[in-house]
Amino acid sequence: MTALTRAPRGNGAEHRTPSRGRRSWTGYLLLLPGALWLALFFAVPIGSLISTSLYDPSGTLETGYRMAFELGNYTDAIRTYATEIWRSLWYAGLATVFALLLGYPLAYAIAFKAGRWKNLLLVLVIAPFFTSFLIRTLSWKLILADNGVVVDTLNFLHLPIPNGRLLDTSVAVVTGLTYNFLPFMVLPLYASLEKIDHRLIEAAGDLYASPFQGFRKVTLPLSMPGVVAGTLLTFIPAAGDFINKELLGSPQQTMIGNRIQGLFESGSYPAAAALSVTLMVLIVVMVIAYIRRAGTEDLL
Amino acid sequence: MNAALVRTGRWITEHLILFVALMVLLYLFLPIFVVVLMSFDDTADLGYQFSGFTWANWTDPCAPFGLCSALTTSLQIGLLATIGATVLGTLMAFALVRHRFRGRGMANVGIFLPMASPEIVLGSSLLALFVSAGFSGQLGFATILVAHIMFTLSFVVVTVKARLVGLDGRLEQAAMDLYANEWQTFWRITFPLVFPGILGAALLAFSLSFDDYIVTSFTAGQTETFPLFVWGSARREIPPQINVIGTVMFLISVLLVVALELWRRRGQRPAA
Repeated sequence: MTALTRAPRGNGAEHRTPSRGRRSWTGYLLLLPGALWLALFFAVPIGSLISTSLYDPSGTLETGYRMAFELGNYTDAIRTYATEIWRSLWYAGLATVFALLLGYPLAYAIAFKAGRWKNLLLVLVIAPFFTSFLIRTLSWKLILADNGVVVDTLNFLHLPIPNGRLLDTSVAVVTGLTYNFLPFMVLPLYASLEKIDHRLIEAAGDLYASPFQGFRKVTLPLSMPGVVAGTLLTFIPAAGDFINKELLGSPQQTMIGNRIQGLFESGSYPAAAALSVTLMVLIVVMVIAYIRRAGTEDLL
Repeated sequence: MNAALVRTGRWITEHLILFVALMVLLYLFLPIFVVVLMSFDDTADLGYQFSGFTWANWTDPCAPFGLCSALTTSLQIGLLATIGATVLGTLMAFALVRHRFRGRGMANVGIFLPMASPEIVLGSSLLALFVSAGFSGQLGFATILVAHIMFTLSFVVVTVKARLVGLDGRLEQAAMDLYANEWQTFWRITFPLVFPGILGAALLAFSLSFDDYIVTSFTAGQTETFPLFVWGSARREIPPQINVIGTVMFLISVLLVVALELWRRRGQRPAA
């Protein structure tokens, strides 16, 4: 859809330009510095990561590493860290679902109910971003602490808490992940909801659709590009995150990010690189499958 | 009867949505209240607990050793990374929106990729590169800066692109009809119209860079940025002064965003 709305404007820009041949070179020239930067510090490093993942794992930082095309690094990494891999995908999936459930009503309210408060509310959604990510995550330590507000409230209501505490449990880690990436969900949702033509929803009402039917048959399908973009922007960083586990969890919540970081810190570069590439490949495969299923390939 | 039922149903859904939205906003802001509260805490501890009230953190936020030098490093890197990424990214956005050329679609995908990669992959791959290039001893300010420009660049491109796409091309056409040459058209019409987008992108780039922990931790060597300082202290005891920095950062950014919004509105009014 975006591609369709964009195309005519782009063509207009082209018609305006006097000499097309020279212009196309200008395009390359403008693109070049940034593209070089990304090539050097994004593409080349990924290549370097892949080649590191095939090094002889017995090498160290002092003795140097030898290329051995050691595919065993991958089978080792996957076998050793299968639990952490599954746990990361599971936590990230949970956080994405929660973020969608929380983010959709908020984005919907901003897009359809906020009126002139729209911009203010959008600022409020991104405002928490401006304090440090780490400090915000730390603050959940106080909120979820053993004698903190949440635990006290749950106790007061006689609601059961597994193991009697929230901090250092998977509940805390998933809460932190949901919290940290929620704005990434709200913003694309808002962007696609805001574009919806209100007359379509009114038409559904005129044709005797209940508000719920109208939402399910009109609003929700039209907001799908936002849902897809939001879930991706939440899931991807959440799957690779290691901060929430480190600050809010215990060793039982170790995620793949923590293992990658730990392996790099201890100098086991080939194993760390293999695990890192595994995470990347898993995410790419899942993202492609998801986009295919959701039928929004024009999203990029 | 049925109509009344539908009406009450509609009332409930309408107000339920608002209520849920407010609760979600509260969830987003809960940690901010905690950070402001903790900036008045009087003891450093591991558990991040409020023990007693004091003004001392606000009168001397630099008291913990290394905090303010880490902060200075972060501000310097943030500023330089913002300049680098904003310049490179704005050029790229212009190329992608205003010019047709072979490989444009691929360039769009290429710019999207760093945003779609988990930070840990970006960080660890840079480290792998620096190590295999025999550069592992020289990690520090320069390598952090290089990394920050890399991962903020895509965000700048996307933000500026959005502004450029929304631009009314007829304004430039009008300028050219009135005998402005390309150069004049660009500096008098295009650039002022795109500028709010560039400024927004710069703000975004700065906050991403200033706040980054994951990529920085892989490329920092012995250099300490503010997030690295916070991380290090979270493993020993957390000085309450970091919350002063957090609160001040929050206030400055909100004021900036509000000022930008007011300025944007003022700029729009004559056009409307």
